[in-house]
Amino acid sequence: MHESLVVAGKEFRDGLRNRWVLAITLVFALLAIALAWFGAAVSGEVGFTRVSTTIASLASLAVFLIPLIALMLAYDSIVGEDESGTLLLLLTYPLSRTGLLAGKFMGHAAIMGLSTLLGFGIAGLVIVVFDPEATLGALAGPFSLFIGSAILLGWSFLALSYLISAAAREKARAAGMALMVWFLFVLVYDLTLLGILVGTEGQVNESLFRVLLMVNPTDIFRLINLTGFEQVAEASGMLAIATSEDHSVAGLIALLGLWVIAPLALAIAVFRRRRT
Amino acid sequence: MTNAVDLDQLSCHFGGVHALTSLDLSLGEGEVLGLLGHNGAGKSTAMKLILGILSPTSGRVRVFGEDPRGPGSGRLRLQLGYLPENVSFYDNLSGREVLAYFARLKRVSPKEVTRLLGQVGLDHAANRRVRTYSKGMRQRLGLAQALLGEPRLLLLDEPTVGLDPMATRDVYRTMDELRARGTGIIISSHVLPGIEQHVDRVAILGRGSLLAEGTIEALRSQAELPLTIRVRRQADARFPETGLHPAIQEAIPGSDNSLVLTVPTGDKLRVLNELLNLPGLADVSVEPPTLESLYAHFDTELNEGETRYA
Repeated sequence: MHESLVVAGKEFRDGLRNRWVLAITLVFALLAIALAWFGAAVSGEVGFTRVSTTIASLASLAVFLIPLIALMLAYDSIVGEDESGTLLLLLTYPLSRTGLLAGKFMGHAAIMGLSTLLGFGIAGLVIVVFDPEATLGALAGPFSLFIGSAILLGWSFLALSYLISAAAREKARAAGMALMVWFLFVLVYDLTLLGILVGTEGQVNESLFRVLLMVNPTDIFRLINLTGFEQVAEASGMLAIATSEDHSVAGLIALLGLWVIAPLALAIAVFRRRRT
Repeated sequence: MTNAVDLDQLSCHFGGVHALTSLDLSLGEGEVLGLLGHNGAGKSTAMKLILGILSPTSGRVRVFGEDPRGPGSGRLRLQLGYLPENVSFYDNLSGREVLAYFARLKRVSPKEVTRLLGQVGLDHAANRRVRTYSKGMRQRLGLAQALLGEPRLLLLDEPTVGLDPMATRDVYRTMDELRARGTGIIISSHVLPGIEQHVDRVAILGRGSLLAEGTIEALRSQAELPLTIRVRRQADARFPETGLHPAIQEAIPGSDNSLVLTVPTGDKLRVLNELLNLPGLADVSVEPPTLESLYAHFDTELNEGETRYA
């Protein structure tokens, strides 16, 4: 455990030094504030909009951004150390492969978690301070849920990028695989589901469809943040199929947590078999 | 007393590639072993097996009597130092930060970091980023890393490749100091000149098998290679063209009024005696067969004598 914490500490300090934490925090904060301010532009006015609309816009955007950032942050975590020769060296230290990977993941998870919390937290405070209609009480609940699930989403894609990094032989290939994973989960999967839905004119088995949505962490994240609000659910297209009464938020959160643990366990298994 | 390293019928195959086949080798505590062979001979594989990074296909590895992949490996690894063949470290960190990171992993006090940076001559560059380091400086940093925690066994994989003569000398000097303190060292190399004075024994590997093993003296007599005698005459003197001594196998005129003779080791003294009586002799020097010629000898034996070894 001591060794894992040493590794985690180094990863985290690297993240601070490379300005990863700063960059992610700024991106999240600025986007959230901008969305809150301009969210109502479609209805012809500028100014802070309803919390539910802000959260819905944020969730739609976070679903693209967070996976990309997480994959970029960690795709080379194992294969990069392999290429620079330090992996071989670390393996001769009193540190198991599981301990090494867990330590690195903890460091990266802290970077993702802290930036998400700071970025969206700052945005939330700005909204409370500058929007006369927003109260801390009304905002705290949905925003906490949003931030919490965003952190879990980030961690699940971090875990996926560790899986990629442990499996890849070269850094360039890991980068390609990371991009593929992003395309698959963020774009292709939903488009395919939508295609099936349209192609079959909605004659898909509903329970099957609900299961299919659970196979993608980005859809779980969307469900957590969108279905809580009636108005939003109407505007969220196919997600309306899986209405809120089918899923408890706690259950969805647990499922998203599973999406962190399962890829991470798989990454450790792959790493233990990796030849180096 | 247990040996530092015991390899027993060790084999390691990757798919169809036989990286090591039935290797028997041991290293006493405080002994220095040179592991020689060209690229792909199995030197790095042998080291990785000793370190427990690879698991053997068959055979047994014991380091201080313990299995390097067994339950006690964590404690064992605190006593090992390793310098891999190619390591570029973390470009964004300074030399001191890199060393401090590895020191924390090995539970070594930060004071050691400063001392080791001084020992390898990096104290002036300790706070510069590794990105700006030359190949030689990176290698020095790697050596400092390997010395963390005063290891009882040190594995150096091609530590002098790409180093200038000064840095190479420093590596060897550090090795000599450690040997004097009782550290066991295995050094692999395909650069042979210069290593001879710094090792107790050599093991020559070829295609994953042990070709020869022993002190350089023993290998010399085993190989029965002729030695080279260089004689120089005074400018106005002349040597007889032929018939200096019947034992001389070859006499080639060299530059600077000299003659290069090839002589069987057993006839060394007789020939020297004869040469010393030559009129007008200016200088005589005797060169034993180099490690390179020994290496070439055993390597050729492998190529020619597959049947003999089978």
